[in-house]
Amino acid sequence: MTGPGTGPVTIPADEVPFDPTVGWRKSPSVALRPEPFGALVYHFGNRKLSFLKSKPLVAVVKALEAHPDVASTLRACDVPEAQHPAYVTALATLSRSQMIERRTP
Amino acid sequence: MTAVLPQRPTGGRLIDQFEYGLDAPICLTWELTYACNLACAHCLSSSGRRDPRELSTAEAEAVIDELQRMQVFYVNVGGGEPTVRPDFWHLLDYAIGHDVGVKFSTNGVKLDKQRAAQLARTDYVDVQISLDGATAEVNDRVRGTGSYATAIRALENLAEAGMKDFKVSVVVTRENAGQLDEFKALTDSFGAQLRITRLRPSGRGADVWDELHPTMAQQKELYHWLLANGDGVLTGDSFFHLSAFGEALPGLNLCGAGRVVCLIDPVGDVYACPFAIHENFLAGNVRSPGGFQRVWQTSDLFTELRSPQTGGACTKCAHFDACRGGCMAAKFFTGLPLDGPDPECVQGYGENALAARDLDLVTPKSHIDHSHKGPVRGQPTLLGMPSIPAKICDESPLAGLDLR
Repeated sequence: MTGPGTGPVTIPADEVPFDPTVGWRKSPSVALRPEPFGALVYHFGNRKLSFLKSKPLVAVVKALEAHPDVASTLRACDVPEAQHPAYVTALATLSRSQMIERRTP
Repeated sequence: MTAVLPQRPTGGRLIDQFEYGLDAPICLTWELTYACNLACAHCLSSSGRRDPRELSTAEAEAVIDELQRMQVFYVNVGGGEPTVRPDFWHLLDYAIGHDVGVKFSTNGVKLDKQRAAQLARTDYVDVQISLDGATAEVNDRVRGTGSYATAIRALENLAEAGMKDFKVSVVVTRENAGQLDEFKALTDSFGAQLRITRLRPSGRGADVWDELHPTMAQQKELYHWLLANGDGVLTGDSFFHLSAFGEALPGLNLCGAGRVVCLIDPVGDVYACPFAIHENFLAGNVRSPGGFQRVWQTSDLFTELRSPQTGGACTKCAHFDACRGGCMAAKFFTGLPLDGPDPECVQGYGENALAARDLDLVTPKSHIDHSHKGPVRGQPTLLGMPSIPAKICDESPLAGLDLR
């Protein structure tokens, strides 16, 4: 249980770095189960279980789809500017485990 | 003055959040039947005979509907031997069709080539074949004559059918603790994954625990083996008490009973954990109004279990954060206080506590017992040979015959 908001993941050597300037969304194979501390995240495809450790992060993951990039999503969710880097790191972790994915235009 | 329940903290570590419980379980075990073709010496649920009150097909479907509503994404199905339920394959499909994945444990008795092929075609199902010895000799002593051959045949059928990611599930005992590398090699040879879990003094396990639980030296070896091999081996997070040796093992190092874990037994009773089939840990029944959800979210027992331990001998120990006092069921069924050390505490406090038990202490016994009443074919020899010969001539070819 490391990282700012999600469980541990292994980083493959050939990974494409997370790009916050493009549009993202919660993967259609992923379900969010509300929990008192945030949410449980389950991917029906790869059967991975993870956790979102805060309710604001849950709101951000849900809102990704409605915004053109990560920065505008974070602003729309009233995340303070100083916390943006931590959120980008958390979202990068989620993209690695395929919980969120790039929107195809 | 009424007691005030401690408040859930905001933020912090997940383990601290888990102590206060979740809205639905992460790890739900559902035992579909108490019926079993085997009579394993250490059976956690004292299974053998079917209970006439077991949930009907329609009731089981209703439980699955409820799990889907609660977003319980998968269940661990066991028994007894779940596959001897005639509606097992129907319930498997029904669960998968309702977004409830199934991981089921079996001794392999029903996994012929046809069933193996069916499983290989099915998404969202996991199979675990139980094996408690890497050799027939070690396995069959606790699981019964022929059970090794049955398990191996099932593994062969699954591998041949192209099933992916199936598991070999091992309960670590004093007799097989030296076979971990052999288990790994055997599992690898089928392209399967090894899962090892801890022996608890639950069910018939209470009768053989003194004889079968790993020695302290074996626990230490197991700990180092897990640190070296942990990535490729599943443990169900069941060895968290070993974390008090030093480095934390991967996974949840906390007793999840009633917090993230629970058991639905074949008659619909909900217990805090699969190893705690005893009235003290019975929270309710899925047949009662409000169903499983009400039991999980509002039962007195689970509410009580969802608070951090603040008192007791263990909280003063330097290793408390590593092991959190260990396994509730292991303490309970060995007659130890629940806020004290685990009987297998690796710091040695458990051995002291066991030695200090009152001489006339009677350890708690579950009143739920579905063990076979008569002799079972190939029954385990661990507790001695069956006393009743199967045929008169097994004893003496002339026994009982009137030759006059």
